[in-house]
Amino acid sequence: MNYTVNVNGQSRTVDVAPDTPLLWVLRDHLDLVGTKYGCGIGQCGACTVHLNGSPARACLTPISSVGRMAVTTIEGLDAPASHPLQQSWCELDVPQCGYCQAGQIMTAAALLKSNPHPSDDEIDGAMSGNLCRCATYFRIRAGIKRAAEIASTKGGAK
Amino acid sequence: MNVPEITAPIDRRAFLKFSALGGLVLGYYLKAGNLAHGEVAKPSTKLVDGAFVPNAFIQIAPNGKITIIAARPEIGQGIKTSLPMIVAEELGADWRDVTVESAPLNSIYGQQGAGGSTSTPNSWMPMRRVGATARTMLIEAAAEAWKVPASECYTENGAVHHRPSGRTAPFGELINRAAELPVPDEKSVALKDPKEFSLLGKRIGGVDNPQVVSGKALFGIDQKMPGMVYATYVKAPLFGAKVVEANVDQVKGLPGIRDAFVVNKTVGGLTGLVPGVAIVGDSTWSVFCARRQLKVTWQDGEHGSDSWAKFTQQADAAAKAGGKVDRSDGDVDAALKSAAKVIEANYHYPFISHTNLEPQNCTVHVKGDHAEVWAPIQNPGAGRRIAAEVLGLPEENIAFTITRSGGGFGRRLSADFVGEAAAIAQKVGVPVKLTWMREDDLQHDHYRPGGFHYLKGGVDAAGKLTAWQSHHVSFGSNLGPDDFPARFVPNYRLENTKLANGIPMGPWRAPGSCTYAFVICSFLDELAHAAGKDPVEFNLAVLGDRDLVPGTGPRGRPYNAARMRGVIEKVAAASGWGKKLPPGKGMGLGYYFSHQGYIAEVAEVTVSKEGSLIIDRVTAAIDVGSQIVNLSGAENQVQGSIIDGINAAWHQELDIRNGAVVQSNFHEYQMLRMPDSPRQIEIHFVKTDYPPTGLGEPALPPIAPAVANAVFAASGKRIRQFPFAQTDLRWS
Repeated sequence: MNYTVNVNGQSRTVDVAPDTPLLWVLRDHLDLVGTKYGCGIGQCGACTVHLNGSPARACLTPISSVGRMAVTTIEGLDAPASHPLQQSWCELDVPQCGYCQAGQIMTAAALLKSNPHPSDDEIDGAMSGNLCRCATYFRIRAGIKRAAEIASTKGGAK
Repeated sequence: MNVPEITAPIDRRAFLKFSALGGLVLGYYLKAGNLAHGEVAKPSTKLVDGAFVPNAFIQIAPNGKITIIAARPEIGQGIKTSLPMIVAEELGADWRDVTVESAPLNSIYGQQGAGGSTSTPNSWMPMRRVGATARTMLIEAAAEAWKVPASECYTENGAVHHRPSGRTAPFGELINRAAELPVPDEKSVALKDPKEFSLLGKRIGGVDNPQVVSGKALFGIDQKMPGMVYATYVKAPLFGAKVVEANVDQVKGLPGIRDAFVVNKTVGGLTGLVPGVAIVGDSTWSVFCARRQLKVTWQDGEHGSDSWAKFTQQADAAAKAGGKVDRSDGDVDAALKSAAKVIEANYHYPFISHTNLEPQNCTVHVKGDHAEVWAPIQNPGAGRRIAAEVLGLPEENIAFTITRSGGGFGRRLSADFVGEAAAIAQKVGVPVKLTWMREDDLQHDHYRPGGFHYLKGGVDAAGKLTAWQSHHVSFGSNLGPDDFPARFVPNYRLENTKLANGIPMGPWRAPGSCTYAFVICSFLDELAHAAGKDPVEFNLAVLGDRDLVPGTGPRGRPYNAARMRGVIEKVAAASGWGKKLPPGKGMGLGYYFSHQGYIAEVAEVTVSKEGSLIIDRVTAAIDVGSQIVNLSGAENQVQGSIIDGINAAWHQELDIRNGAVVQSNFHEYQMLRMPDSPRQIEIHFVKTDYPPTGLGEPALPPIAPAVANAVFAASGKRIRQFPFAQTDLRWS
């Protein structure tokens, strides 16, 4: 079946089965491989994207349910890739293998949008759905705090 | 670019500088010295017209931009950044001018594996020489041009400087002249005095971070090429079982499916290609969906009734019967009899999985008698070997690209997924990407073995450790005769038993040490408390006053007790060891020597009366020799190792029933998440005069006992098993 979806501000049409998860549409059909497969059951958060600005698990989102919602992936989070989180991740050298980091950043971006200055507990709570197998949690926490600082000096998070 | 092959050895001088003619690169270069096998190879780097390529690892362009080749697999350990830093340091490059490029598998680069925390120690001198050779040639070129002695020149920030006159020339201006010079013998080139290092020891961000944070870094699972098809491979729950029959004809007719077939081959044993059913289709989702319709009858096997419960009974029986004595010092029985206090305790831990977040995958294209492979792998040599064997091709006909890996942890030292992809690609004839489901990954790992330890120890009236008896019942390798605390207890006996099993096992981050440290340091803590001694004081006394304790026999491993005392003393001071804490809070010590690193860690925890555990703070003191290469990367490895060690110890557990793993995905297999990771981690590097060694593993083993011992100090509850969550920590 043909589905037309709005991904990173562009209208894209794909011919796939209705139950195809958004994750595999992005990865196999739209060549947006920044969104990762980790578990397929919504437990690891590696596939986190934004649907109308809210974090969602692309592995549990059938293409037939996307409709006109705006899909944002890591590739479309910020055009020049200079979102405060992307800056702080580089500044604090957060990644190790890097596989989970797109999902971490997408979840953190949604957190900062709703809560520009989260406490440690609020960060832990918001990020608890995202696994990092390299266990970079220590730096992810610091990266979110640093991004909040960067955003506030620029006059608000993107 | 169409690059002609050169097969005959060529004169070193003539080809150091690339020239371009009609867009074709005519020259190649050969690599220097102990990295060389006397072969001429195609540098992987995109060759720049007029560039100076003093060896296979460095290209300097006329505009001064430098490309450094990273030859070892990047698995999250930061090696793609740290090894090029060593080259850049010796060269005197400005790091901002450096671009790092990954190498394909090619013997010109020497050893290209990543495992055992060996990349840093094994590459330290070779990478220094690679940089120093180029520096020597650039200095020689400048000295010749300026007619000054080379000894008066040095390199810094991408330029050669003449100390007396202050004259300076950027590298880009010197490369033509440098290329005319003979390549010096890299074994005799002068290396920098480490006191003059300006890049090493600094915090440098990972070279691929900008790609990672924008979703552009390509892992194995992200590979795509024209005409590529997608595959899944279904194996038996019982490890290695053959296919008796499968409804492949029905599966072939499903939407989006191109082919389905049985592979009843075993190549490389249980950790290689094992039998299964391949399904090939138009997308990952179509092949994953088709699995639901697949019906397979698998052959039964001799291990079809194996279970963790059965293993536990077998271990207890083995403990009663006694094991093979692998070491016996003094008279343990007499020492235990005369001890003032004797402690007896059993420890055990289950099988666990590596769970790389990027599931195993591999892309292969077979083109007649040649093949191309793209794989996220720690051991590309093994990958090429199994591909060659499965395809029946000579290894030299296989081009092997090492992709970025979404985690290693030892899992990707195996190459089973390459064997599977090769077997599938051979049949389909077009490029094919095999992607494992998470369920495949958890149920077909090469597991960290479970184990059982039966211990008895004795202390004398003065509180000194006098006797240690240990029986290790395992599934794979056992404690070795030189494993700690052998050589530090006068009366010591090690017995070992190995249980028959059919479970594929493999190295899991700090193999052996990752579980032994928990058992040994926890039991030492039990003995310290029995002796009425402070654990730091007790353990320092166990280590004694010898410095280098020699290994036993020709294959024995020396143990540097002075280095271990150094890190224990440092961590005690830095953590505030001995400070008064309220009930429910406690500190614990863990220390272990592994992968050439001496590491001690102190955990500070809170245990509530209801039994919940919070790890408040971890302090680590680390001796990995004279030089930290990349301070940011080193700290990242230590932070990650500490949290990963807690991750493995606290919740992870696989059950075995009917010879198969029960758990299938993360809803049944708990991984540590951010709220359980410590809020404070302090790292202290203790520099000693020993050559630098690796940090991918050795900071992991000490953390589990540090936490368990802290729990005891906080609550009086002794943890004697992984996962910690199985122990009731309630106290009153």
